Amino acid sequence: MTAQILSELLAILGPQGLISTPDEMRTYENDALTNFRVMPEAVVLPTSTEQVQAVLRICHRERIPFVARGSGTGLSGGALPVTGGIVVSLARMKRILEVDFENQRMVVEPGVINLDVTARVASRGYFYAPDPSSQSVCSIGGNVAENAGGAHCLKYGFTTTHVLGLEVVLADGTLVHMGSQTLDAPGYDLPGVFVGSEGTLGVATKVTLRIVKRPEFVQTLLAAFASTNEAGAAVSGIIAAGMLPAAIEMMDTLAIEAAEAAVHANYPPCGGLLLVELDGPVAEVATLMEEVAAICRANGTSEIRVSKNDEERMLVWKGRKAAFAAMGRLSPNYIVQDGVIPRTALPAILSEMEQLSAAAGLRVANVFHAGDGNLHPLVLYDRRIEGQEKAAEQLAERILELCIEKGGSITGEHGVGEEKKHMMGKMYAEPDLATMNRLRCAFDPLSLANPTKVFPRPRMCGEQPGEYKPHPIEIAGLAERY
Amino acid sequence: MRSVEPQTESEVAEILKRANQEGSAVIPRGGGTKLHWGNAPARADVSLSLARMNRVLEHAWADLTVTVEAGCTMAELQRTLAGHGQRLAVDPLWPEKATVGGVLSTNDTGVLRYRYGGLRDLVIGATLALADGTLAASGGKVVKNVAGYDLPKLVTGAYGTLGVITQATFRLHPSPKKTKNVTANFDSLAEAQRVLLRVLDTQIVPAALQLRTNGGATQMDALFEGTEEGIRAQIETLRQIVRVSEASADVWQRPEAGAKLSTLPSRIAETLAGLNGTAVMQATGLGWVSSSSVDSPNLAELRKKVESSGGSLVLMGRRDGLDAWGTPGDTLPLMRAIKQRFDPRGTLNPGVYLGGI
Ligand SMILES: Cc1cc2nc3c(=O)[nH]c(=O)nc-3n(C[C@H](O)[C@H](O)[C@H](O)COP(=O)(O)OP(=O)(O)OC[C@H]3O[C@@H](n4cnc5c(N)ncnc54)[C@H](O)[C@@H]3O)c2cc1C
Ligand SMILES: Cc1cc2nc3c(=O)[nH]c(=O)nc-3n(C[C@H](O)[C@H](O)[C@H](O)COP(=O)(O)OP(=O)(O)OC[C@H]3O[C@@H](n4cnc5c(N)ncnc54)[C@H](O)[C@@H]3O)c2cc1C
Repeated sequence: MTAQILSELLAILGPQGLISTPDEMRTYENDALTNFRVMPEAVVLPTSTEQVQAVLRICHRERIPFVARGSGTGLSGGALPVTGGIVVSLARMKRILEVDFENQRMVVEPGVINLDVTARVASRGYFYAPDPSSQSVCSIGGNVAENAGGAHCLKYGFTTTHVLGLEVVLADGTLVHMGSQTLDAPGYDLPGVFVGSEGTLGVATKVTLRIVKRPEFVQTLLAAFASTNEAGAAVSGIIAAGMLPAAIEMMDTLAIEAAEAAVHANYPPCGGLLLVELDGPVAEVATLMEEVAAICRANGTSEIRVSKNDEERMLVWKGRKAAFAAMGRLSPNYIVQDGVIPRTALPAILSEMEQLSAAAGLRVANVFHAGDGNLHPLVLYDRRIEGQEKAAEQLAERILELCIEKGGSITGEHGVGEEKKHMMGKMYAEPDLATMNRLRCAFDPLSLANPTKVFPRPRMCGEQPGEYKPHPIEIAGLAERY
Repeated sequence: MRSVEPQTESEVAEILKRANQEGSAVIPRGGGTKLHWGNAPARADVSLSLARMNRVLEHAWADLTVTVEAGCTMAELQRTLAGHGQRLAVDPLWPEKATVGGVLSTNDTGVLRYRYGGLRDLVIGATLALADGTLAASGGKVVKNVAGYDLPKLVTGAYGTLGVITQATFRLHPSPKKTKNVTANFDSLAEAQRVLLRVLDTQIVPAALQLRTNGGATQMDALFEGTEEGIRAQIETLRQIVRVSEASADVWQRPEAGAKLSTLPSRIAETLAGLNGTAVMQATGLGWVSSSSVDSPNLAELRKKVESSGGSLVLMGRRDGLDAWGTPGDTLPLMRAIKQRFDPRGTLNPGVYLGGI
């Protein structure tokens, strides 16, 4: 990066807003997928939409690629810098701009931490529903870009359901307002495609969120089974009975062990543990909880515990939410995988994973969002042992292939990013990917926004279309109408 | 205008490819119940009906998903799903005729929106035939999937201007075990809105909640679904706020509408003050203004008022001198760029959409 450009950036951002020495940029080399690292040319930390625009205009003029970054907790390398590019950190844009309780909406800057949204509205009995396990650190901008999910999204929907509108700076510095405070703004559903686009369509600078009234009553049932098969059968029973719990989570022996070691959640030792949370009116939860318990018993549960108060409930969740990090207690290294299957394929894929694990001589722990078929297999290995890292990567990748074979997906919430872009061609055919690329080209014809991510190989956009040219008859038609 | 009724995806793609080469405009057609929404097409050479592509391809009931061809009617789809006690939680207009593709393309929405979200929240996969004959799958068959762009949402509400939907996959919900409707009466819309906002701030969770009004006298209706005990307890809570009586499901009948209105729940009364006709407004802020009693100048004025407070008014049925969509925002150039990339020759439904797209 030339001294000239750096001084331009400095003029825009001030000394607090620009980092350009390798030492200081070290923390921005990677996200939570730590085996990929790239040193950026510079890191900017804007405090306003105008600053983001000014920076992207320079990038556009100089053809410098940029990568937006929230809290850097992404697990697929989405915020990994690109060679020769800059990082746009939104961490300093963290104001809550507006709270409208009457209409159950909020407007926040992208750097606001997920849990702080709920904290701001909790006293009036509201919450922000999407609850990734990383919610105490990850940012709303990162959640938007990844369409983050969480245990309670089974009932409440993923991030996309809770984003009504977005202010976005496009790759050429243009400012646009997608969606609106009200529903069904005329025109294409731009928030619908921006959410989950992993930083490839622009930088979100404001987000209008939906907030939800806390349910009257919440209760969590914990049921122990001999294996994940029986636990899985109980899940099928619950769905077949026509219930839609707030959350259904499952853990296997290894995952339980790790969570126990880390936070002493007091889980019963067993082969398959089920967490079922119901919420709603007290009278309804009470009736349905009995039904859930009966289904668990019919499927051979050895122990059922129903939370008696919020403390007990929180402890149950603490274990579940700590499960990834807790793996460090069982193994020096591990890969967090994220795949999706149709829920009914669970027994089949579990037994196939068992065989793969035995064949590779590597342990695999399992944590699932069982209600929607989202698997998080954790492949344990020791980097110091020659060849284990490679074997673990191959095993993790084979699991994704199984997900595709079962009609599922290579990612349910962590995104494609850098890590899985070579798998996209296995999940989608070439015309499918080319069609997605048309969208990308409409937003960013020069491929400056997080350009090397998501798609298997760099794609050109062909000639840059000028302003849309309507057919002469269309113009005639319009002239008539106006 | 030529009419074609293809039976397979590849036939659809072939027809589009040829029309695109010839420079003919194609009007996709489902049940033909909403072809008069949106602006009149600038050109129309080929009417492409999906009527023969009407199969329910896979109802994976244990996974709560369904994959269905675009020409299947909503009513037929719901009958299939009901066989396993499930439903697609949308209730669009004219289900006996309206097709899955038409309902998705117009983003039609009903009263269940309040609890279950819009079509955008229920569609998880779609196969598209683009103007140049490309067949592209997007999304998938699982409820949770973030691999690649969410194109099913892009074509929801796109009025067929980006591609022809040949099939779609949806997430399903169990049909409710018990339902009950209640109604409250108010002398003024302002009073009804005040109560509506209070209800929104409670912990009761109706499946649908709406105001029916003529600008003055107003009814508030609530639909409860779930267990007997749950419904009873919620109506009890509601009664602490307002007097309600039991009602029939007829309260949810949608009127013949002239326009779809979107505003904030707290602005309903202000928006409809002085309304010269009737309207039904959902607690989501979405609603419909009746067609019979509201004339074009009235609609134009209403639109001005709604837009000035961040909402929108979209026509359902054409009116001389009134654009169907209203004033575009700063995203119009981006929307045009998307159209340009998907359909550079303007083959699909030219001119029906926002800003002449
Ligand atoms: C222990 C742990 C548990 C986790 N649990 C979950 C979970 O339960 N569910 C889940 O979904 N994820 C989970 N994650 C993954 C991660 O927390 C989420 O993907 C989160 O949404 C990332 O947010 P972030 O602020 O850290 O974003 P980053 O990692 O900084 O960035 C993620 C992506 O978003 C883009 N981006 C960031 N901000 C913007 C913006 N303003 N505009 C445009 N693009 C932007 C980046 O370019 C990048 O592509 C977990 C991660 C960890 C480490
Ligand atoms: C040539 C013609 C012109 C007509 N003009 C008028 C008129 O001006 N005013 C009037 O009131 N009635 C008009 N009608 C009558 C109108 O068609 C009827 O009301 C009718 O029966 C509408 O169908 P649907 O319910 O399945 O969705 P449709 O009404 O068929 O479709 C709704 C919208 O979605 C698009 N669409 C449908 N399916 C798909 C798909 N699979 N993929 C992509 N896009 C799709 C359509 O192009 C349309 O824009 C016309 C009918 C015809 C045949």
